[in-house]
Amino acid sequence: MDYPQIVQYCFAGITVGSIYAIVGIGFNIIYNTTGIINFAQGEFLIVGAMTAISFSQFFPLPVAIGMAILITILLGGLVEITFIRQVRNASILRLIIITIGISILIREAMLHIWDEKVRFLPYFTGTDTSTVTVLGAHISPQVLWVLGVCAVIVLGLTLFFKYTLTGRAMRACADDRMAARLCGINDRWMVTLSFMLSAGIGAIAGCIISPIAQTQYDMGAPLAIKGFTAAILGGLGNSMAAVAAGLFLGLMEAFMVSQFDVAYKEAVSIVILLLILVFRPSGIFGRHEINVLRTM
Amino acid sequence: MKTQFAKILCVVTLGLILGLLGCGKGPEAKPIKVGALFAVTGKASNLGAPEAKTAEMFVNKLNERGGINGQKIQLIVKDTGGTKENAVSMTKQLIEEEQVLAIIGPSTSGETMGIKDICQEAKMILLSCAAAETIVNPVASYVFKTPQKDSDAVKLIYKTMKAKGISKVGIIASNDGFGMAGTVQLQKLAEENGIVIAISESYDGQATDLTDVLTKIKGKDIQAVINWSIVPAQSLVAKNMKQIGLDVPLFQSHGFGNIKYVQAGGEAANGTIFPCGRLLIADVLPDNHPQKAVLTQYKKDYEDQYKEDVSTFGGHAYDAILILTEAIKKAGSPDRDKVRDAIENLSGIVGTAGVFNFSAMDHNGLCMDAFEMLTVKDGKFALYNP
Repeated sequence: MDYPQIVQYCFAGITVGSIYAIVGIGFNIIYNTTGIINFAQGEFLIVGAMTAISFSQFFPLPVAIGMAILITILLGGLVEITFIRQVRNASILRLIIITIGISILIREAMLHIWDEKVRFLPYFTGTDTSTVTVLGAHISPQVLWVLGVCAVIVLGLTLFFKYTLTGRAMRACADDRMAARLCGINDRWMVTLSFMLSAGIGAIAGCIISPIAQTQYDMGAPLAIKGFTAAILGGLGNSMAAVAAGLFLGLMEAFMVSQFDVAYKEAVSIVILLLILVFRPSGIFGRHEINVLRTM
Repeated sequence: MKTQFAKILCVVTLGLILGLLGCGKGPEAKPIKVGALFAVTGKASNLGAPEAKTAEMFVNKLNERGGINGQKIQLIVKDTGGTKENAVSMTKQLIEEEQVLAIIGPSTSGETMGIKDICQEAKMILLSCAAAETIVNPVASYVFKTPQKDSDAVKLIYKTMKAKGISKVGIIASNDGFGMAGTVQLQKLAEENGIVIAISESYDGQATDLTDVLTKIKGKDIQAVINWSIVPAQSLVAKNMKQIGLDVPLFQSHGFGNIKYVQAGGEAANGTIFPCGRLLIADVLPDNHPQKAVLTQYKKDYEDQYKEDVSTFGGHAYDAILILTEAIKKAGSPDRDKVRDAIENLSGIVGTAGVFNFSAMDHNGLCMDAFEMLTVKDGKFALYNP
């Protein structure tokens, strides 16, 4: 492997890795406020992308994406209000199974609304064939969009959770829901908000990867598995660790490809997921570190 | 106790009456049941959806004209979602519950290989719309297929490569039945055609980014890339190659024959070279070509009814039903064994994939001249002129 090739693999890995990271963050936001894993997270990405694709036929791209994000946020809120809130005293397991049901429901609804065809958004900059040369490697300008937008999301979330009242209230709910309620925080609203936030982030991720990865109604589940692996690897509930874990996972996959058959690539995340679940269920960044990072 | 008995008696009587009413329709109105397994949804939906639409259109038109020998056809379409497990269980349903005369489909090679033995054992006629050569080689007496052979596609690709002076290639294929069967043929026929395969990799059918594997191929210093798959990744290959600056010709399989793959590939799809049947270039065929009439008629019917571009896959379903109905006509009655014998003796049937000449040893009935080499020019299919 020469130098430009290593850079090329790095970009391939970081691109998919940052998407895993964003899906992982989506899992974490909801986990933090409710303690449940929302398996419909992957579907939020596809709903966002599909809606944006439909709107892009009538409106300029930024407007279409904005509207799509808004609609997905509303969908996220709707899902929480109609399903999760109704069974508030249910066990965590039951709620998780409900989210699996929701994911199937959304997927089938998408099949009926948009049919089975593969769609895609136009490239934000340039076309399918444009490339940018960075450090000797050739990449699509869309890769830079993916990396940039992911960085902005992570930064934005950090600021939101750290400095805004709502963000701090959500963190309070995550730490101790009862105590938060006693302080006058409307915890129900915080749960709804967490679903809306995850849905919105999912929609953004869905839109920025649509030009490169293409969008089909049933693509959510594989993305959710990768994102879930990132969330678990980083330690559930820790968004910053999910970012590190997502990037690590993407890079692992890319360099696995360079050394072994591509066929083994998909096995990487599953093997990592199993290993972590068996040997270190609290993630690489264990319980203690989570609390440190969380209060950062 | 007594009332319960009376209830049961009521139900039984009602059942008997309904049963008698059912019989009252008379045997001559009974339609011929034909099962169809298509991947209408899932990752092979670019194949299955046009196939299901075509089959329904064909059968409706046939029934409007009065059916075959006075009998209408009842088409039972089942959506396999492109998975072998569904294909197997649905095949069993069609054989045991629906007791169909024949099964059309499945869309993909993997599914077909999953049900080949089941159909053979149940003596059920299977007219597959999938391409892999293993479906009809070795021959199973009840199993046929309508798409062209992948070995012929490989030979034509290698021939074109030699003419272009290409000898060192990299192969990527999807890790499904079609991709694996194609890879086997590509490797088997490479040596005798003077082609060196520098690297051969397979990727997941749901892959959303192939820059990593293409980077690996780029490092092998090859003169052309061959991609063998039927999944949407076909467009990704074209895009990713351009994006990472891998500027060599891209050859694809006959699985590229749906304009949607070209649209998804955008600018990057231009210049892709692939073997394909003549359906996609029906407009530019000379008027005296034997397939011209069939192709233009089917293309017009399909595009008028469904308002979308025709694809070769729909054509495979068209051919399958055409062959079945021709065989029923020839056999004179919808008797499964007679129809099977009739298919084996069909010759000169002009379909969308080519002119079919079946025999006991050839259950595909097509040869290499069923293919043309096509390319993509300005987002449209065109004849490849070196």
